[in-house]
Amino acid sequence: MTSTRLSKGGRIDRSKSVRFTFDGKAYSGHPGDTLASALLANGITLFGRSFKYHRPRGVFAAGTDEPNALVTVFSGDVREPNVRATELEIYDGLVTRSQNRFPSLEHDFMAVNQLAGPLFSAGFYYKTFMGPAIGPLRGTRFWMFCEKFIRRAAGLGRAGTAPDPERYERMNAYCDVLVVGSGPAGLIAAEAAASTGARVIIAEERPIAGGSLLASGETIDGRSPAVWAREKAAALASLPNVRFLTRTSVWGYYDGNVLTAVEHVSDFKPNRTKGQPRQRHWVIRTGKTVLATGAFERPIVFPGNDCPGVMLADAVRRFAVEYGVATGNNVTLFTNNDSAYDAARTLSLAGVNIVAIIDVRADVSGTCRDIANVAGAELLLGHAVTGTHAGKTLSSITVQHFNAETGRVSGAPREIKTDCLGVSGGWSPAIHLASQAGGKPEWDEDLQAFLPPEPNQNWVMTGSASGYMDTISVVSDAATKGSAKSRLVLPPVEAPMLDASPAPVFQIEPSAKSQKAFVDFQHDVTADDIRLAYREGFHSVEHLKRYTTLGMATDQGKTSNVPGLAIMADARGISIPQAGTTRFRPPFTPVSLGALAGERYGDLRPHRLTPMHDWHLANSAKTYEAGLWHRPMIYGSHGETVEQAYVREARAVRQSVGIVDVSTLGKIDIQGPDAAELLDRVYTNMFSTLPVGKARYGLMLREDGIAFDDGTTWRLGETQFLMTTTTANAGTVMQHLEYYLDCIWPDLRVHLTSVTDVWAGTAVSGPKSRALLEACVTGTKVDNDTLPFMGIVHGKIDNIPVMICRLSFSGELAYEVYCGAGFGTKVWEALLAAGQPFDVMPYGLEALGTLRIEKGHVTGAEIDGRTSAHDLHLDWMLSKKKPFIGSAMLEREGLTDENRLSLVGLISLDNQSITGGSHIVTDANPREPADSFGHVTAACYSPALGKYIALALVKHGTSMIGNRAFATDLLRGKHCPVEIVSHHMFDPEGSRMHG
Amino acid sequence: MIIKCPYCGPRDVIEFTYQGDATRTRPEPGSADQEAWNRYVFDRTNPSGAHREFWLHGGGCRQHLLVTRDMTTHAISSVAFARDAVKSATGERK
Repeated sequence: MTSTRLSKGGRIDRSKSVRFTFDGKAYSGHPGDTLASALLANGITLFGRSFKYHRPRGVFAAGTDEPNALVTVFSGDVREPNVRATELEIYDGLVTRSQNRFPSLEHDFMAVNQLAGPLFSAGFYYKTFMGPAIGPLRGTRFWMFCEKFIRRAAGLGRAGTAPDPERYERMNAYCDVLVVGSGPAGLIAAEAAASTGARVIIAEERPIAGGSLLASGETIDGRSPAVWAREKAAALASLPNVRFLTRTSVWGYYDGNVLTAVEHVSDFKPNRTKGQPRQRHWVIRTGKTVLATGAFERPIVFPGNDCPGVMLADAVRRFAVEYGVATGNNVTLFTNNDSAYDAARTLSLAGVNIVAIIDVRADVSGTCRDIANVAGAELLLGHAVTGTHAGKTLSSITVQHFNAETGRVSGAPREIKTDCLGVSGGWSPAIHLASQAGGKPEWDEDLQAFLPPEPNQNWVMTGSASGYMDTISVVSDAATKGSAKSRLVLPPVEAPMLDASPAPVFQIEPSAKSQKAFVDFQHDVTADDIRLAYREGFHSVEHLKRYTTLGMATDQGKTSNVPGLAIMADARGISIPQAGTTRFRPPFTPVSLGALAGERYGDLRPHRLTPMHDWHLANSAKTYEAGLWHRPMIYGSHGETVEQAYVREARAVRQSVGIVDVSTLGKIDIQGPDAAELLDRVYTNMFSTLPVGKARYGLMLREDGIAFDDGTTWRLGETQFLMTTTTANAGTVMQHLEYYLDCIWPDLRVHLTSVTDVWAGTAVSGPKSRALLEACVTGTKVDNDTLPFMGIVHGKIDNIPVMICRLSFSGELAYEVYCGAGFGTKVWEALLAAGQPFDVMPYGLEALGTLRIEKGHVTGAEIDGRTSAHDLHLDWMLSKKKPFIGSAMLEREGLTDENRLSLVGLISLDNQSITGGSHIVTDANPREPADSFGHVTAACYSPALGKYIALALVKHGTSMIGNRAFATDLLRGKHCPVEIVSHHMFDPEGSRMHG
Repeated sequence: MIIKCPYCGPRDVIEFTYQGDATRTRPEPGSADQEAWNRYVFDRTNPSGAHREFWLHGGGCRQHLLVTRDMTTHAISSVAFARDAVKSATGERK
């Protein structure tokens, strides 16, 4: 294969050049080139090494169906593997590398895998690597031993490890008609739909509109088809009711006419505008979908068909017409249908030399003969290609007589010198999206292809995607499919009269001595692999796919599915429709994970900040993320470790006073005559008896009796309560209450309002907390009589109205001060000022956690969706006087099992920290720890006890108290001796908070 | 999937939260019929064809909707406010 740039032609801008690198070497191309066309123009024909056998591979197709020419694109440390060179637009500074080769593409050590070919046949994982029955590599252990070597040798590009710094956006769009594809069918359908006033979105995968017209040798409306397409697209795009998206690949079709697409916004540009996303993920809801997705040419499978230089006939044409690149000096074509003659005609007009056309059919039409004649190509009818000669690239082919009826090869082989062979085995409509939508494709004998199914949603398929293989019928079909009401005047088309139906020849079966015949290039699946799968009993297409991995690579078998099915059908002696086809699933083309994550990741992700957030940052808080919230972890000072900081903060709370931002707690305003009744039903304990002006700690269960959430609820009036929830469950508790009010107890007169963001909350904790409040609160007393434990008062701080409840999470005398969110920082600062004489200290989540671990108070780490009230020693909260959600399930077998894990405390015996998530085991040997009988839920250093402590859920928890065990963390290699103690590790009587 | 909310109009499924099977009947709160409770909490049917389910329009009016949806085609045949539907159903029982 000797590829060169032709002296003219193509839609590239020859006046400008673009510099890029491939495997470290610099090349230049022109704007409009893809990486594939630019490298071919530079004479590069070897693009990569194959998946298993490391065979040299070149460009095979010219677009999204490319199986071979995959490259990795680098930008700094960030790499994107498996990008199709045929779609990658070049730009100045583009850095690309070939894949799956070592040490270089030209000289690949792993090519020895070809010698071991039989070892790597279909299902080789399961056969070759079963170890002996005994010994260190017994059974599957041998496979696990070999796996790491195989993984290194086989594969496509490697994924990167550096974080992706790019931005991605998500867009929602609505339209009356979505047209997928902008070839002749898409353009006409969009025009027809737009002419009726419908809101139209047209999505084109490529940088410009035109589809098959871009490489067509026909004439439309007296002009070249590419020019006609450009003008038509510009006219459509200028209409107010049309949105024209280019570089936008529609990859998913979901229920309710919801389609997903990814738009390449800037990843083809050398210099991106600041803030511009790399890609945009579109979710398009449409009234009607017009699928004008075109058709993929498929190859004929023959021995030696995978060397660089063997390509699809249409790809040869597209490189010549679209990019002005001759993929060979002496091109041959091998076909079973007329479309290769159209390619020959166009190629010859573009200045490409056609040596011969090899056709499996015994006879062809006069039009075809004339084309071969005009092109100066030798016409070999009733012949087939039975072998290739190639070093790294094609030098000649072997042809023999072939009987298309019997599939038999006969006669003496003849060698034809050629450096590029274009193959056409017919066309497969791109029915992927229709198949995703749920229909079962139907086989068409005439076209030898699967056609779209009956629509099960509001979609229509048009153009070659629905089996119209000539432009004239495509255009008239598209006009009616776009809108039955439109009155478009169709453009006249001049095209040679060619027959669309191919001879039913999918493979040239190899003889014993033949070369390998590949079906799936990307996964290195050969025709023999399929026959082997058949012999071994994997007959159904679903089994065939999974056993051989046919069609499971990144190209999802765009060029290999139909030939693969045909070979299996042939082996089974049944027809292709009897063999059936697998269903296509999203995505149609690979989609980057960044595009899917969109705003949920990176700088577009939403953040929730408390009213005091800026103060925290200004006062050296280190924050971390809890859901969407950012919360202070510690307020660090110079040279202090996180542990030193939280120990200092926690100690200050126990000794004097500290304040912590608790604004993130979920808050729900519950009002109505039946508010107390609702609370009695959702909480395990009684709330109707709670006096106005008092709060109570409440526990909620799920219907199955498992603990769900906890928090305090304050009775602000006879019919008004303020419920607080844990930060993490704020939304879920709201949904839970709404569910019961809407769906179970619609008679309850209760109204719920989420007020989480309305209030700023500060907890003031420590023995000096009352003195602190006395120094700043006006309008109310805060002494023990006025504000007893769980009492609520209203007053003012710095003239700002506040609501204060005396409750404690830390186990100290403590209060929560709530004010309007806008005053949060002002009240926070006033509290700090009032606390000056007591050396008040702000504390973060780490200290908050330390204080609660010392006390054995539970949070989400213990209320983990698996624990019951009993497991957490909260049985005292289960009212016997009334039913509540979950009460009917409390006695079920699973919840009364004595082997359940229950809450205990742990104290480290070697003065080393215990890591969260460690397993509790009895064995002292860290290498072979015995069975786990529990796990650590939270751990810290306790300044109050002067020890490393933890909370844990342990089997037979309470009766284990006093025993010793080990907290083992196999991942981090820690094995810590511990004593199991009561979870009330500090001040078990609670004397401090009642003081 | 699009759900036609009776208050907000047709909206994408992304705005909704699935809230479970709507064909179950919760036993009276004080009921001691353990079998009935077990059925209510654990048993779910998976019919081929029409099924009733609750959806919360959390991204819109925050109402629970009673949606009748075909389990094989995913086609939605009716949508109503759950509160009204449950009220009239319990009214009929009484």
